[in-house]
Amino acid sequence: MIDRTSSNAYWKANIRIIQISLVVWFLCSFGFGILLRPLLSGINVGGTDLGFWFAQQGAVLVFIVLIFVYARKMNKLDREHGVEE
Amino acid sequence: MDQFTLNLLVVGATFVLYIGIAIWARAGTTSEFYAAGRGVHPVLNGMATGADWMSAASFISMAGILAFGGFNTSAYLMGWTGGFVLLAMLLAPYLRKFGKFTVPEFIGDRFYSQTARTVAVICLIVASVTYVIGQMTGVGVAFSRFLEVENSTGLFIGAGVVFMYAVLGGMKGITYTQVAQYVVLIVAYTIPAVFISLELTGNPIPGLGLFSDSVATGQPILTELNGLLADLGFASYTEQSDTMLNMFLFTMSLMIGTAGLPHVIVRFFTVPKVSDARTSAGWALVFIALLYLTAPAVGAMARLNLINTFYPEGTQSQPVTVEALETAPNLDWVRNWAQTGLLQFNDKNGDGAIQYLPGNFADAASPNELSVNNDIIVLANPEIANLPGWVIALIAAGGLAAALSTAAGLLMAISSAVSHDLIKGQINPAISEKGELLSARIAMAVAIAVATWLGLNPPGFAAQTVALAFGLAAASIFPALMMGIFSKRVNNKGAVAGMLSGLIVTLVYIFLHKGWFFMTGTNSFTDDDPLLLSIKSTSFGAIGALINFAVAYAVSSATDEPPAEIQELVESIRVPKGAGGAIDH
Repeated sequence: MIDRTSSNAYWKANIRIIQISLVVWFLCSFGFGILLRPLLSGINVGGTDLGFWFAQQGAVLVFIVLIFVYARKMNKLDREHGVEE
Repeated sequence: MDQFTLNLLVVGATFVLYIGIAIWARAGTTSEFYAAGRGVHPVLNGMATGADWMSAASFISMAGILAFGGFNTSAYLMGWTGGFVLLAMLLAPYLRKFGKFTVPEFIGDRFYSQTARTVAVICLIVASVTYVIGQMTGVGVAFSRFLEVENSTGLFIGAGVVFMYAVLGGMKGITYTQVAQYVVLIVAYTIPAVFISLELTGNPIPGLGLFSDSVATGQPILTELNGLLADLGFASYTEQSDTMLNMFLFTMSLMIGTAGLPHVIVRFFTVPKVSDARTSAGWALVFIALLYLTAPAVGAMARLNLINTFYPEGTQSQPVTVEALETAPNLDWVRNWAQTGLLQFNDKNGDGAIQYLPGNFADAASPNELSVNNDIIVLANPEIANLPGWVIALIAAGGLAAALSTAAGLLMAISSAVSHDLIKGQINPAISEKGELLSARIAMAVAIAVATWLGLNPPGFAAQTVALAFGLAAASIFPALMMGIFSKRVNNKGAVAGMLSGLIVTLVYIFLHKGWFFMTGTNSFTDDDPLLLSIKSTSFGAIGALINFAVAYAVSSATDEPPAEIQELVESIRVPKGAGGAIDH
């Protein structure tokens, strides 16, 4: 079956990547789009502020990049730990 | 050629295409019926997921919700897309590795409990059935508006087409039809948006046009829109009027609800490999974003066009006259949609003009003399922009594609829960492969019949069901799946206690605000003055999820840890190696 110590290291690395990704995920939607929007109100984007842009467009673009970066990093991690299909 | 013939031709052509796919993509095994043989290319699965996910609500209603709700409704944009990040990182790859056919099956196996599986089946069926009602009514509306048939006739035709490819092809037929439906709906959505953006801003990409300057005034269009709204006394388009707490929780509920909706999750069971499940979620979001980046532009531009239509001389001058609305050739679309009742005007003060102002149109004392339904923003778009007839026909085909593709995905989730989790899982585990395939087809046929009946006789609470579907998925299914993968400690008792408490608290909160079982008059609170702080019932799913997690951990740590073979199962779904065995074409 699967080598336990290697798979533990693999899982830890995976959790780490997920944590970093979810910090970005949170910051670009709930952060810039909602909670921190008042702080960003000075930055103008096309007739409104940066927070509005994040809430209506920026967050979605960041989400897409996040998933593809995650998929790439995981493919690399899979190979490093010899657990790829 | 008149508009009706054109609509008939375009919609007819798409239906012939869907039926052609149905005949080509017949399912011969349960693996093909439940998971399309796990041979779907990740990009194609991304497209199919896009169509599966984007419902009549996304296609027809969302731009209108944004147009009249402004910044607050950004929660829909972030919520309905952010869930895919959670899916890609927290659920899809591991559930693909698990390699079974349904979401309740994972919950039952991981928590070694038939009770857990049954709770999951109930949540799945309630969430999916409530969701499917909206799709079926959407099909009926699209048919009656564009093809001039009775609502019920339209519903029967739509159901007949879904029957063809869903019963014959199961997940395989549904997948390839959804790919075609995605193409139809995105083309239909984009074309009018491009023309409107060009006309207003000179920028052909609507998402960029939203932040560009107006050709007419040289101001950014959002500044112009805010100015006009302020003149008339409406709330600003870009300012937040909802509380931060409620907007935060609403966005979170939509996100984890999205990640927990079974009909979306099972789409990731159809790809060949674990790594494909990850990239496929990215492709799904790319295809969804093509519409979701356009929708806010359509919303803001349509609101601007609407104000300019009703105040042709500017908001400081006299509004449009009743005479112009009844006779002017460029206002044809107002008359067309007034006939459907989706747009209404009434010169209450008898001054010969129609004032579009804040306030409830139906209230005789309110100065507002115009009512515009959310759905018009997309449906009437081509007419407002004076686009050729074939674009209008495309909108009809696109709306139908969005509604049918989501309906088929939901029906698939319902029928596999019945045939695989209830019939094979509990009633008759010895059933043969052939017998199960037959029961899956029968379950599908019955589900279509029930959905059609509900579409014909929609319960009074149909409009409230979004809160219910997302609340259930967020409060019960998502936490159970996530804990099943990320914790080896959560056991059967913890999972069942967590799911039930998340579910019950969320249901009670919704019922307290919307009425018990949605019966009018039985509610103790309203969403304008909710029980807890400013938390509306639609935003409660996130709290329900939190309760689920907390109860599950507390109960699990007070009881025995899961048996060794279950911990071994968790170890094995965490690594991709060994998932390939299930491919068969």
